[in-house]
Amino acid sequence: MTNINGLFDKIAKTLWVGLGCLILWAIALNLTNYYVPQILMISIAVLFLVSFGFYAFSIGAIVYCFKRLAEAFVTIFVITTLTFMLLRLMPGGPFDQEKALPPEIKANIEAKYGLDKPVLVQYFDYLKKVAVFDFGTSYKYIGRSVGDMILQNFTASFILGFYAFVLSFLIGIPIGLFAASRHNTFWDNIAMAISISGVALPNFLIGSVLIVIFSYQLNWFPPALWDSSLHYVLPVVTLGIRPAAFIARLTRSTVLDVIKADFVRTAKAKGLSQFTILYKHVLKNSLIPVLTYSGPLLAGILSGSFVIEILFAVPGVGKDLVQSVTNRDYPLILGLTLLYSILLVLSNLIVDLLYSFFDPRIG
Amino acid sequence: MNKQSSSLWQDSIKRLKKNKAAVVSLFFIIVVCLIALFAKQLAPYSFEKQNIDFILVKPGVGGFLLGTDSLGRDVFSRIIYGARMSMAVGIITALISMVIGTIYGSISGWVGGRVDAIMMRFVDILISIPSLVLLILVKVVFDSVNLFENPELKALTGMLLALSVVGWVTLARVVRGQVLQVKSLTFIEASKALGMPSYLILIKHVLPNILGPIIVLLTFQIPSNILIESFLSFIGLGLQPPYSSWGVLAADGWRSMRHFPHLILFPSIALGLTMLAFNLFGDGLRDALDPKA
Repeated sequence: MTNINGLFDKIAKTLWVGLGCLILWAIALNLTNYYVPQILMISIAVLFLVSFGFYAFSIGAIVYCFKRLAEAFVTIFVITTLTFMLLRLMPGGPFDQEKALPPEIKANIEAKYGLDKPVLVQYFDYLKKVAVFDFGTSYKYIGRSVGDMILQNFTASFILGFYAFVLSFLIGIPIGLFAASRHNTFWDNIAMAISISGVALPNFLIGSVLIVIFSYQLNWFPPALWDSSLHYVLPVVTLGIRPAAFIARLTRSTVLDVIKADFVRTAKAKGLSQFTILYKHVLKNSLIPVLTYSGPLLAGILSGSFVIEILFAVPGVGKDLVQSVTNRDYPLILGLTLLYSILLVLSNLIVDLLYSFFDPRIG
Repeated sequence: MNKQSSSLWQDSIKRLKKNKAAVVSLFFIIVVCLIALFAKQLAPYSFEKQNIDFILVKPGVGGFLLGTDSLGRDVFSRIIYGARMSMAVGIITALISMVIGTIYGSISGWVGGRVDAIMMRFVDILISIPSLVLLILVKVVFDSVNLFENPELKALTGMLLALSVVGWVTLARVVRGQVLQVKSLTFIEASKALGMPSYLILIKHVLPNILGPIIVLLTFQIPSNILIESFLSFIGLGLQPPYSSWGVLAADGWRSMRHFPHLILFPSIALGLTMLAFNLFGDGLRDALDPKA
């Protein structure tokens, strides 16, 4: 048994390395404004799932995984039902326009989309269609399939969210470590003042300030749109600042806790350098709370991106959601809600599984 | 020998007083609350009064302290009324979700067993719903409900209900955890043995012991709700004109940011300072109530 687990562990580790290389390749292509081929994205996704499967096997959590996935299925079903019913309770319909349509025409349109049927019938029709991955067609963008629309616009949101996620860790953890290693000094206070501002100030305020400084005054980055990697800078930074600040505060407080532990004293007594102690021993033991936060962090990045996408005119799904609510575009709202819930559920599962990677004591 | 004994709360207040940032923040929050309460008396103009002769004037021109917007409305007055709306949203919704969350969480934790499992499963499902999406939908649905006579509250109905519906969940979880901890202590067992009815134990012994974490969560819930309101108003799904909240003002100002920066600058300063004050005060309160952290 242990042999098989060890083998799976080795396979998983090799796969992680391969996955890392592929992701780096995709990032490099993306940042140098080359088109990232679909086959690369698909292979990253597949490899990710496969290596995660091996990883789950190696820590003996495969049953747990399936249990969680079954639960996720129920959750997503509940969310879909809830959203569907909420939509029908909303005042105003998708075909109410400023210049009212003649009643016969409106009735015809509604019949075309099945809106004249009883709500329960509509609901079961929708479920049947979703079961075969047909999310219907948009009411506003006539004839466009919701699935295609989401796939197309999700790319921008995904890139935005991914870089913001990475950035928040890259900035947050070092700042937290830095502040903790200089506890109660001037630099600690400065770092904490900056990070509490980052947590407290609203996204759109930070974004506006960045636009004024870096677009209008310095002319370094474009203030809006989503064409090249230069366009990424301001939205990604704006989206990443809040989580980065949060991570910095979290890292600082856990590091301050861990520094007091016995094994750190032992390491000091052994004569290890401050750098080795901090980056090798303390950091690894402080990552659990940060990891716990990364589930909610992902949710925050998802929802934060509504504002960012509007502010910087990024053609992503957040912007779509806001517009589809205004338009009462039922299929699009439902499709996007599904997408968000699946993302949230999956990220929570991944985070829960990663615990045991950082802390083997957690089974 | 004459050492005065002090209760846990007195100790906490003493610790809080030492934290200068928290004290200043508390003072600032009180001032903002007063401004919000007496907006009608303090504001030189009404929030919807248009001054046709003074459209988009710079701060200080024509007696308008912070200038006017594109409809000739006094920005200073609108910020004051904005404080009223923003603070109302933050405080009312946080209080409602605190009440719901505390009741739900303490019942779940206290009763335990199968009831607890079912109640917590429901919470788990609610937590895994993308909250902002749910919030937007609930808000739009409830906007058509007529609950209040007061026109200002009427404009806020959807926002208040949506934020309360979404906000109580995390609180319920924390309260449950705390109740579970306190439940197993010996003095609770003693009161049970003395024949005290459960609801009395819960109210008299359990709740006072978990009040600290609840209050800390409350102080963080208020700014986060204010922030969500301003988010929604910024993307155009929040408060509708002519009412003003800081988010509405920032959204108005953002569109003409390049040429009339005063429109976004002042509401943002008001919002930013209030957010900072709440966060600093919350941090101070947490440290004061839980000295080991």
